[in-house]
Amino acid sequence: MSEDLKIIDEVTGSDYKWGFVSNIEADTAPKGLNEDIIRFISAKKNEPQWMLDFRLKAFNQWKKMEEPSWAHVSYPEIDFQDIIYYSAPKPKKTLNSLDELDPEVKATFDKLGISLEEQKRLSGVAVDAVIDSVSVKTTFRDELAKLGIIFCSFSEAVREHPDLVKKYMGSVVPYTDNYYAALNSAVFSDGSFCYIPKGVRCPMELSTYFRINSAGTGQFERTLIIADEGAYASYLEGCTAPQRDENQLHAAVVEIYAHKDAQVKYSTVQNWYPGDKNGKGGVYNFVTKRGLCAGERAKISWTQVETGSAITWKYPSVILKGDHSVGEFYSVAVTNNMQQADTGTKMIHIGKNTSSTIVSKGISGGKSNNSYRGLVRIGKNALNARNFSQCDSLLLGDKCGAHTFPYIECSNPTAKVEHEATTSKVGEDQIFYCNQRGISTEDAVGLIVNGYCREVFNQLPMEFAVEAQKLLAVSLEGSVG
Amino acid sequence: MLSIKNLKANIEDKEILKGLNLEINPGEVHAIMGPNGSGKSTLASVLAGREEYNVTEGEVIFNGENILEMAPEDRARKGIFLAFQYPIEIPGVSNANFMKTAVNEVRKSKGLAPLDSKEFLKLMREKMQLVQVDKTMTQRSVNEGFSGGEKKRNEIFQMAMLEPELGVLDETDSGLDIDALRIVADGVNALRDGKRSFIVITHYQRLLDYIVPDFVHVLYKGRIVKSGTKELALELEEKGYDWIKEEVEI
Ligand SMILES: Nc1ncnc2c1ncn2[C@@H]1O[C@H](COP(=O)(O)OP(=O)(O)OP(=O)(O)O)[C@@H](O)[C@H]1O
Ligand SMILES: [Mg+2]
Repeated sequence: MSEDLKIIDEVTGSDYKWGFVSNIEADTAPKGLNEDIIRFISAKKNEPQWMLDFRLKAFNQWKKMEEPSWAHVSYPEIDFQDIIYYSAPKPKKTLNSLDELDPEVKATFDKLGISLEEQKRLSGVAVDAVIDSVSVKTTFRDELAKLGIIFCSFSEAVREHPDLVKKYMGSVVPYTDNYYAALNSAVFSDGSFCYIPKGVRCPMELSTYFRINSAGTGQFERTLIIADEGAYASYLEGCTAPQRDENQLHAAVVEIYAHKDAQVKYSTVQNWYPGDKNGKGGVYNFVTKRGLCAGERAKISWTQVETGSAITWKYPSVILKGDHSVGEFYSVAVTNNMQQADTGTKMIHIGKNTSSTIVSKGISGGKSNNSYRGLVRIGKNALNARNFSQCDSLLLGDKCGAHTFPYIECSNPTAKVEHEATTSKVGEDQIFYCNQRGISTEDAVGLIVNGYCREVFNQLPMEFAVEAQKLLAVSLEGSVG
Repeated sequence: MLSIKNLKANIEDKEILKGLNLEINPGEVHAIMGPNGSGKSTLASVLAGREEYNVTEGEVIFNGENILEMAPEDRARKGIFLAFQYPIEIPGVSNANFMKTAVNEVRKSKGLAPLDSKEFLKLMREKMQLVQVDKTMTQRSVNEGFSGGEKKRNEIFQMAMLEPELGVLDETDSGLDIDALRIVADGVNALRDGKRSFIVITHYQRLLDYIVPDFVHVLYKGRIVKSGTKELALELEEKGYDWIKEEVEI
């Protein structure tokens, strides 16, 4: 409970407080996208031929596709030839300890309050730090290796675990899936790779901090998590971005593959630069995240707290293929000022007795627009499938918008699908009650909204829940007026 | 400590308080009685600074300061506490967390360091005893799913936590069972220290058997039309308000 208070203490000033630029010498590709650029990226990363082939196939696919326009967002056309597709901090040498980390990089982390040392010492979180596009440092790797767990950068996995990468990459999100997934497959720079062997329960939270760093550099991470039979892992992804004037495109792909009896919990706190009060600048976040419950009783949970980005387009989904498999989606999406979010989930029930839960809390302030878009599809063989969806919207003013687009496609009569939706406003009575106890209106809103999101925050690992609440408070600044 | 002079207030262009006067000295307990709709809750809301009410005339001086221009949170920090007639629910926010935020805000305004978790828990335990609030109640969301009586008891618990200079109790007794009434009254009495003052709004003389007032006022049509000592409450209990209404109408 003391966390809430700290958070409230931190609601001061209204500038995006993590908007700073660090000066890591970047090794960048020329602007634009063509086969040569893709070859450049692949060569830069010393990739084997099969990886290059995959990229080229994806690129050819992408050229044939059209940018989707169905989402409830609007933005100026993106010039894909005006983007730099590769940028990496110059690797000095392989690091043996944190002391060898580039002091600039380290300072960046310190400003974010996520000093690796602290994390390592205090919370036992293994951090695979990604600055711009290349993994700089992976900690705890040795400890994990003892259990047979592989946790490394994607490029490293390509080099050292080619069989696993070849087998699983694209198996959940094929490069043909959608425009941004195809783009990512063609140009992805780096990301994380994680493999948990049979029967192993990963003893610590696996965590990556992404950060967009060089001006005008699109970020295209790719993450692949594989949980073998009976394995368990909890993965944390968090990000903050420096302040920018031009929009930055971000199109990540995350794939989770869960075998029989495996469980993966994937938590995100997303805080990219949302643009200023007038909507200038900010990150475009077009992400494809999907998990496959391939085996019986597999379980995949997505928990996300989205407070950043100018535009968010994101639908973490679960394909429930194995009988008795379980999919969960817990989401808090906050939009303020001119932000636009179109986010939600898809639960695709294929196996028998599969079940899914969706809890979505949308909070809109300022002139922002917040849409929930959810699809629950029950296939014809999905006997006794169950879904429960709860979609709540909270409005913090009268210039913002909340929209709910639930789609249900049911091809099996034994299925049970329940959908509940509410829209509410932060009540003046509630604010006055808080005021009367000495709490300012801004803090009252923070408190009330945090309470509103409790159900989702409860799903987050402790240290992440704290960060999520902080971000919530920061992003709600000036939202009521 | 509190001086209300010729206070007039309206809501949605309807005048509710029509020139109200009241003087309260440190340590005094003033009971306010009066028929439904006479403006008792309005007075409480205006004192607490609820924006919906427009003050059109008069002044309210609290410890030498005119508070009418002050934000509600500043009034609270300066020591005005309102126990709501209808306490508000805040889902997902634990009572303990709510109180910790409030207590530390009040402390901050006085230049005191915030209580850490340990000190806060100690304070909370002490005050919980005072109104016999149990642990589950502090862990539950603020007022959510509380019974009517529990809500009222929670208000007094909050008052005990915040140790205001002036407590305004708006019908805290209604909805309480006989035991709870005694518990709440004992809690209030424990907070009477010769300096802290109270405005106790009630419809029932019974409460005043427990919380013995120094003065009893009758509020009618937005004015205090009669004041007396605790015997006035007994008289009202016996005779109702008609005789007062008659006096006023003449
Ligand atoms: N929001 C409002 N809009 C219009 N009239 C209002 C509003 N709030 C209060 N009133 C009116 O103001 C008058 C005084 O109300 P108030 O709640 O102060 O009475 P009260 O003395 O507390 O009554 P009770 O004993 O029933 O609690 C009533 O006639 C009521 O209807
Ligand atoms: Mg009333």
